[in-house]
Amino acid sequence: MASIDANEVLIDCQSVWKIFGDKAPAAMEAVAKRGLSKKQILQEYNCVVGVSDASIQVRRGEIFCIMGLSGSGKSTLIRLLNRLITPSLGKVLVKGKDLSALDAAGLRQMRAQNIGMVFQSVALLPHRTVLENAAFGLEVQGIAKAERNRTATAALEKVGLGDWLNRYPSELSGGMQQRVGLARAIASDPEIILMDEPFSALDPLIRRQLQDEFRQLTKELGKSAVFITHDLDEAIRIGDRIAIMKDGVIIQVGTAEDIVLNPADQYVADFVAGISRLHLIKAHSVMVPVAEYQRQHPGSDLASLAKTTPEADIDELIGLTMQSDRDGIAVVDKGAAVGVVTAKSLLAGVKGTTTAEQAAAA
Amino acid sequence: MNLDSFQFSLGTYLAPAIDWLNANFHPFFALISTVVEAVLSGIEAALLALPPYVLIAAVVLLALVLVNIRVAILAGLALGFCLVMGLWVASMQTIALVTVAVAISVLIAFPLGILASRVKAFEAAIRPVLDIMQTVPPWVYLIPAVMIFSLGRVPAIIATIVYGIPPMLRLTTLAFNQVPKDLLELGQAIGASPRSILFKIEIPAAKPTLLVGLNQCILLSLAMVVLAGLVGAGGLGAEVTRGLTRMEMGLGLRAGLAIVAVALLLDRFSRGALQRNRTRPAG
Repeated sequence: MASIDANEVLIDCQSVWKIFGDKAPAAMEAVAKRGLSKKQILQEYNCVVGVSDASIQVRRGEIFCIMGLSGSGKSTLIRLLNRLITPSLGKVLVKGKDLSALDAAGLRQMRAQNIGMVFQSVALLPHRTVLENAAFGLEVQGIAKAERNRTATAALEKVGLGDWLNRYPSELSGGMQQRVGLARAIASDPEIILMDEPFSALDPLIRRQLQDEFRQLTKELGKSAVFITHDLDEAIRIGDRIAIMKDGVIIQVGTAEDIVLNPADQYVADFVAGISRLHLIKAHSVMVPVAEYQRQHPGSDLASLAKTTPEADIDELIGLTMQSDRDGIAVVDKGAAVGVVTAKSLLAGVKGTTTAEQAAAA
Repeated sequence: MNLDSFQFSLGTYLAPAIDWLNANFHPFFALISTVVEAVLSGIEAALLALPPYVLIAAVVLLALVLVNIRVAILAGLALGFCLVMGLWVASMQTIALVTVAVAISVLIAFPLGILASRVKAFEAAIRPVLDIMQTVPPWVYLIPAVMIFSLGRVPAIIATIVYGIPPMLRLTTLAFNQVPKDLLELGQAIGASPRSILFKIEIPAAKPTLLVGLNQCILLSLAMVVLAGLVGAGGLGAEVTRGLTRMEMGLGLRAGLAIVAVALLLDRFSRGALQRNRTRPAG
């Protein structure tokens, strides 16, 4: 898939709310008019706010992670994206179509062809073989047996289960079962895959392996994915962008580097405190401007420094610094030096502060 | 004040109601009678058309193909026992009665059970009715059934159907309530139609509990069919009744054991045949 328009928005979630409870419509109206808080809604209307005013955009070819602890509303949010849950207020557009405006048949078609889903519980049908499970989505679309088996076999081969077609789910390990779930989702060839905490129940080694495979496969097939997780490490490993949710509210959306370097509030800061910066922070965040370097080191020749790119991570920069006998590494972008990473700025980066913040502090 | 004046008999209200039904809906009841009689006679005639040995061989063979060797042996022993005891005709009559009663019970109870699992209000409304159906002593049904359909097999089968519906209905509701929520969510997420969700997800997932329901329905129907021997339903029930009224221990015991044999046959055969697709893969 060479011609991916990475700016095309596939899912556009506009100020979506979901309130659960018998008096949800009244509570929703009260929120819209009087701006009640979550607590007031619970007291006055006995309703629970699942998702409050969430806006996200998922672009074509992007893996978008939603990270939050249990009860943060992330599972509700992902179900709003294929209308397994109908929003109380706000709109969800998928490929430009408003999901709430679709009739039952239109919604089924949208789910069948454009949006795949993988569940934490895997949800395999125990009385069907691996192949029949992987072909199930195609089967309910009414695709002929020979064709759906061919497509499902190809999908199973992509996830490394080509030798297991005629086994039953109970014969497979947890990790393998989740691969079947993934194969089932990609067999229908949807543009978007919704992943609801798919790897949470797996042990750490298998989980890491599946994370890498999932990221590789998604990129290879050019799919977009929304990936729910309660594990920030997982979100950073997999996601191109990450949204952090708490109490139904999206607190921050950004790349892993953005979030680690500029946490929006104390909650996010506490979360990212334990995250290793080595592979996350890139040279362009820790370099000092060329002019400043030259002021500090008059007479030093920029051309004689070791060179690297703005995308080199801290791990690489440490390696370069240790090999080099000079006190800086030039960051070169498109042939021109854009900055210099010094030992001091590198150490600050390891601690998690950017050059800009250092400057502000000084 | 005389306390006796507070007593009243439901019967004084019900009996006229049944008379009224009899007077005004007679053609309708007559039609039901004719249809049920025709179906029963057809099944009975088919079962009795073949010589017993040929029928036993056929059933054993069928059990071998559809189920397994153990059920085939059991079927051979059960039917052989009925034959040896000299109760072949009565056994075939009973099997015909139970088959028809169970088929009708399931046809009524299965859709209602699904409805009850979907609509909680319906379940709440139907629960006391089922309680009454199950706890009222079964021969109480026989009285109005006989009043409307007169003596014979038809009131027996109606009473049996009434008795067979509650377990099937309750277990159908339970079976559908127990279908894992994530499988239903899967059905919706892949864009399956409600029909596909019902036939490809819900019924397969509900199957083990549905089989328990069917099994209960068969065994309770068999018990009721025997009781219906009192109203001239014929079959093994008539033999038991005869043994009781004449105080013939031998006849009563033979008929009783033949009922056990028929029960085992129907239970193992139906369960095995319906389960066969899932016995092998379970790993």
